[in-house]
Amino acid sequence: MDYRVILGISTTHLISRLKQSITASLGVTFGIAAFIILVSFMTGLNGMLDGLILNRTPHIHLYNQITPSEEQPVDLYDSFEESFNVVHSVKPKRSQSRIHNALPIINYLEGKKEVKGVVPQLLAQVFYISGSIELNGLVHGVDIMEEDRLFNLGDYIVEGSAEDLARSENGIILGAGVARKMSVQLGDIIQITTVSGDIFSLKIVGLYESGLADIDDVQSYTNLKNAQKIMGKSADYITDINVKLYDINDAVPLSKQLNKQFDIAAVDINSANARFETGSSIRNLITYAVSFTLLIVAGFGIYNILNMLIYEKMNDIAILKATGFSGLDVKMIFLAEALIIGVVGGVVGLIIGYLVSVLIDHTPFETEALPTIKTFPVNFQASYYVIGIFFALITTFFAGYLPASRAENIDPVEIIRGQ
Amino acid sequence: MKEVLRADKINKYFRDPVLFHVLKDISFSIQEGDFVSIMGKSGCGKSTLLYILSTMDTDYEGELYLQGEKLSGKSGKELSYVRNAHIGFVFQFHYLLPEFSVLENVMLPAKKLGKKSLQEIEDDAMAKLKLLGVDKHALKKASRVSGGEKQRIAIARALINEPAIIMCDEPTGNLDSKNSSIVFDLFDELSTEKNIALLVVTHDEDFAQKTHKIITMEDGRIVSS
Ligand SMILES: Nc1ncnc2c1ncn2[C@@H]1O[C@H](COP(=O)(O)OP(=O)(O)OP(=O)(O)O)[C@@H](O)[C@H]1O
Ligand SMILES: [Mg+2]
Repeated sequence: MDYRVILGISTTHLISRLKQSITASLGVTFGIAAFIILVSFMTGLNGMLDGLILNRTPHIHLYNQITPSEEQPVDLYDSFEESFNVVHSVKPKRSQSRIHNALPIINYLEGKKEVKGVVPQLLAQVFYISGSIELNGLVHGVDIMEEDRLFNLGDYIVEGSAEDLARSENGIILGAGVARKMSVQLGDIIQITTVSGDIFSLKIVGLYESGLADIDDVQSYTNLKNAQKIMGKSADYITDINVKLYDINDAVPLSKQLNKQFDIAAVDINSANARFETGSSIRNLITYAVSFTLLIVAGFGIYNILNMLIYEKMNDIAILKATGFSGLDVKMIFLAEALIIGVVGGVVGLIIGYLVSVLIDHTPFETEALPTIKTFPVNFQASYYVIGIFFALITTFFAGYLPASRAENIDPVEIIRGQ
Repeated sequence: MKEVLRADKINKYFRDPVLFHVLKDISFSIQEGDFVSIMGKSGCGKSTLLYILSTMDTDYEGELYLQGEKLSGKSGKELSYVRNAHIGFVFQFHYLLPEFSVLENVMLPAKKLGKKSLQEIEDDAMAKLKLLGVDKHALKKASRVSGGEKQRIAIARALINEPAIIMCDEPTGNLDSKNSSIVFDLFDELSTEKNIALLVVTHDEDFAQKTHKIITMEDGRIVSS
């Protein structure tokens, strides 16, 4: 049978009671628009927070952990093998914090196909000196261009740039908090002393603000070579290796493997940021729960309106059946009405949701803590729009199914006799 | 002459509120071009019989044949097709879809049948409306025409798919004598010229006397035919 006949009847029904039809589809519109707005904003927020912390965090961080030896001298002595030995005040052996086999590890990692990049670092404890003030500090000796490529460091350099540091021999990018405390600015020279007492003069070529005061008040960046020079170490002196992978899911197995293979401390991003993931998934859960509730409310609205419509249309149903429309045809007529309400309401909802998202995306949102963010973060992902329309169809289908089945089973004889 | 409809020992019971044997051993047949009226006291089971003959009521005993084909036991979907293609109905209360135009009401069963193009269906529908003298209302909404006009539109709709038989339950019940005789003349013409079988339940003695055959019922039984 020609579906156009059925659709024709459905649309005539809907158009002839336009107000009710619009009310019903507004319910769907509201639910879908809310879903789109919520999900775009929430995931945008998630993305921003991810960017803030996760993008900046190496997927695997390798370093040399200084721990007391598991095996104490007494264990080696055969005579005490059978006895219960207690050793008090075990201390780690004095050793360097460098990674002994850094170069082979870097070579090995650079050869692996799942690795996007490797950044060797030298972390140096220093004091920043300006006049009579001495501030505790931590200098990262890095390949600044790689650091920018892999961990978006450039996003947080508020004055100067990564290139400025790469070009200069004794430049430093200073944490904004440090700069404030010492009241120095771009272009100034500051002095630092190392733990062993050597003094160096460095030129400020950039200021860096991550938004996290703990970091901004102590950290600074300089070139790896320069840091090695400051520490008086050779070119293979490296304390940390940061690894970025193409797929974050490889982090756990690879870090376990590196830990075994090179006997080195390896922290993967998942264990470093477990809390973080939970936050994201709870935000998603809230989004879906709220939208779903709104849609269920809309669904009840549609259910009611269709039930009422079918009650009013008893005679029409009897005529249709008497003139040769089957129960299934009648069911399809009412189901089509529900779905038309769903599609129209859903599409309008998507459009409204999109427009409001654009509006939010252009709403200024400036905060000290997040220097790179200028407007509210919104995620315009096409798949949410597909999910949205799918949601709309599913709810209206279920809302329409019961009334439509009732119409299917109406006995025309009863209606005709009832007149 | 070809047989159009045959009822064979039809029995029907209502079980609610008490068991009630409403139709008892109804057997008769109608040939092509027959114009038959059914008469009987109120409550004797005429409408009930018509609902069974029209295939809308399937809860009965006995057998029903349309053009030699057994209808008893067919599925609801098959019966819908039979009603659509071969049976036309006119009820006492003119049932039209109020939100559709007069023309659309007449076209709908043909659209459902889907044997002709939309243009052909529209031309056919206009022709039927003209036949019944209501073509000037074709584009009006069905809820905006008078009772007598509705009745004639309903007859036009019953004719649209060129059915083998038309069944009517008191088609002239609420028509004045002038409209009533228009309807009679039309039915007479359909049966003699188009060879369509007509089965009409009526309380109108004059109307019945002019038909080819009268079936009289009493307490669920055919007492004369
Ligand atoms: N659904 C039902 N349940 C029980 N009894 C019914 C039902 N429908 C009809 N009846 C009874 O069946 C009998 C036949 O009813 P039917 O409508 O066929 O009469 P009728 O001959 O058409 O009468 P009228 O000339 O008044 O239209 C009546 O006594 C009626 O009360
Ligand atoms: Mg009756």
